[in-house]
Amino acid sequence: MSEESEKKGWLARLRAGLSRSSSRLSDGIVGIFSGRKLDDAALEELEDLLITSDLGVETAAKLSASLAGTRFDKEVSADEIRTALADEVSAILEPVARPLAANAVHRPHVILVTGVNGSGKTTTIGKLAKRLREDGKSVMLAAGDTFRAAAIEQLKIWGERTGCPVVASEQGADAASLAFEAIDRARADDIDVLLIDTAGRLQNRDDLMQQLQKVVRVISKQDKTAPHDTLLVLDATTGQNAHSQVETFQSMCSVTGLVVTKLDGSARGGVLVALAEKFGLPVHAVGVGEGEDDLRPFEADAFARSLVGLED
Amino acid sequence: MFDGLTDRFGEIFDKLKKRGALSEADVSATMREIRVALLEADVALPVVKDFVDGVKERAVGEEVLRSVTPGQQVVKIVNDYLVEMLGPETEDFEVRAASPAAVMMVGLQGSGKTTSSAKIARRIQEKQAKKVLMASLDVRRPAAQQQLAVLGEQAKVDTLPIVPLQTPRMIADRAMDTAKREGYDVVILDTAGRLHVDDDLMAEVADVRDGARPAEILLVADAMTGQDAVNVAESFNEKLDLTGIVLTRVDGDARGGAALSMKAVTGTPIRLLGTGEKLEALEAFHPDRIASRILGMGDVVSLVEKASELVEQDEAERLMKKMEAGSFDLDDFASQLRQLRKMGGLSGVMGMLPGVKKAQAQMAAANVDDKTVIHQEAIIGSMTVTERKKPDVIKASRKRRIAAGSGTTVQDVNKLLKQYQEMTRMMKKMKKMGKKGLMRSGMPGIMPPGLPPGPGMR
Repeated sequence: MSEESEKKGWLARLRAGLSRSSSRLSDGIVGIFSGRKLDDAALEELEDLLITSDLGVETAAKLSASLAGTRFDKEVSADEIRTALADEVSAILEPVARPLAANAVHRPHVILVTGVNGSGKTTTIGKLAKRLREDGKSVMLAAGDTFRAAAIEQLKIWGERTGCPVVASEQGADAASLAFEAIDRARADDIDVLLIDTAGRLQNRDDLMQQLQKVVRVISKQDKTAPHDTLLVLDATTGQNAHSQVETFQSMCSVTGLVVTKLDGSARGGVLVALAEKFGLPVHAVGVGEGEDDLRPFEADAFARSLVGLED
Repeated sequence: MFDGLTDRFGEIFDKLKKRGALSEADVSATMREIRVALLEADVALPVVKDFVDGVKERAVGEEVLRSVTPGQQVVKIVNDYLVEMLGPETEDFEVRAASPAAVMMVGLQGSGKTTSSAKIARRIQEKQAKKVLMASLDVRRPAAQQQLAVLGEQAKVDTLPIVPLQTPRMIADRAMDTAKREGYDVVILDTAGRLHVDDDLMAEVADVRDGARPAEILLVADAMTGQDAVNVAESFNEKLDLTGIVLTRVDGDARGGAALSMKAVTGTPIRLLGTGEKLEALEAFHPDRIASRILGMGDVVSLVEKASELVEQDEAERLMKKMEAGSFDLDDFASQLRQLRKMGGLSGVMGMLPGVKKAQAQMAAANVDDKTVIHQEAIIGSMTVTERKKPDVIKASRKRRIAAGSGTTVQDVNKLLKQYQEMTRMMKKMKKMGKKGLMRSGMPGIMPPGLPPGPGMR
């Protein structure tokens, strides 16, 4: 596949997903701004539309205020508003759109994958493995979710699909010692990237968060610089609780970047904009389906334009 | 927890004077706050708008109870309306249809269907003494069928043997046949997670429905869901005619506004709450609990309600004036103790306040409990009129007499006097601070004397 068509493929997929999400937003924009002045009422409606994309009250207010600053009381077209909005959103997201880069100096480059239950950690690992393999990297998976029934089997199937060895123990085993062993094995096999799965945990469960801290501690005993990436997997369907997730996982486990999943639904993942402003954590990739190819780098401009319903 | 509506309103209403009835201005000023609070709790915007209109209609002209501030009055109206909209309270989940009855679990990926399936199966089997079979129709996610099999073992619920390469419809048919043949009463069909916008997969699950004719179709939804909850619930309901909603991860710290969104757009009752990773962590739905959570304010409203019922209005106001004048004596102290007891004692009052764990711990450490309140009343009852009006005259011999009269010790009498002193000192302090601190709760008349006014002031 050439790079050009590949890029188009991802944009099309994301847009197919997002167009469902944003059709109401963009319809709404058309509704508000067909030949109308940008007055208080119009601004309030615009703010409401942003809120329905999960941007949150504060960010929505800020964005519409910023539009008001330059265009208040002027005749504006729907497209103009969309473009202006997309530019604003894109400017916020641009600094956080950073692809995941495995550093060849690290033997192995250790990536720890965390998140609340059901956010899509294991599936994301499967997709990441596929991608890294395509980049010519050797990849090993560690089945660190020793809590959920059949999570280990799930990861093993992903290992088969992507041709990656899987380090696993029993359900109920200690996740930290498994991670320790996995690094040993990865070193012995001269693996480039080690992806470590973890059990889903709600961020307000202090005991479970401490267990995760232990996993991190044990990993850094093997290699002072590891984990080299600690990913937080966020479900795009999540609302304002995403703030609490990022805050807690970041402060307790030094999360270094986000992966946003399930963007092929009708949820718009607008909370990302607020998260980018507040935490500035890199967004490495987005999940747009259940297939092994459905993980894409996060592109700020494409995301922003799709969010407001703009075509290329 | 105290960062919810009560705090927001506190600021607005500090500026307002008490009035007889809620004016349109009072209500409007709070509506914006309610709107923001609901949106921050992830209630979907269209639902928020309807809700705010409903509250406004109810609130304007409402008489303000004398014991509460207009702010608390609005909170009460909001809370009552919210409970009403979230309701009804669901009775324990039971499957009553003729055997074998199917219960179909549907929802987005990762919403918690499989865990909920096992929890529900276990509950029906144990509480209703019915024979339950579980079957996973999830042929998409790797090892999903195995996951249900493992959970079945943990819950001691039978699962349908896994046959590779069958379609969901084939598995469902096989499950129903097996149930008929082997005498199962209830069959839990755990479907694959799917997006409500995926037409193929929605058609697939509708086909399963047509075959199994389930008695219950439950939408499993994550309490953390954002604005999209309305679209999800609406689509699933449109295509499948849901009979109920199971809200999962209620043990998280999400405010759970999705519950209101989904109930409002589908009219489908919330039947069960998932409250943890263990298989027993499944609870019946209580609208008042979720309402408080959405508003972020503990059970303050019930406290206000109880106060308005039980506290003798005039008495409360009389005490209030005395406090302001700084002429609060031991008779007033005793009067407060009596009112406190009417409200169910210290534990009753404290149990309703949000964020009081710390205060409760302090109380336990200081040995303040309901018995103390009764003893303190007895101590004051053993004093002469003069002593109550002017506690300063109470010295060693009087203390011994009072202790003997009330069946307590001199130390107890000392403790009470010390609390009284602390309380008068606090009142003076509060007077200087204006309406902040204790007064802000709006219920100075009922605050137990000698208690820490808030965590950390002792």
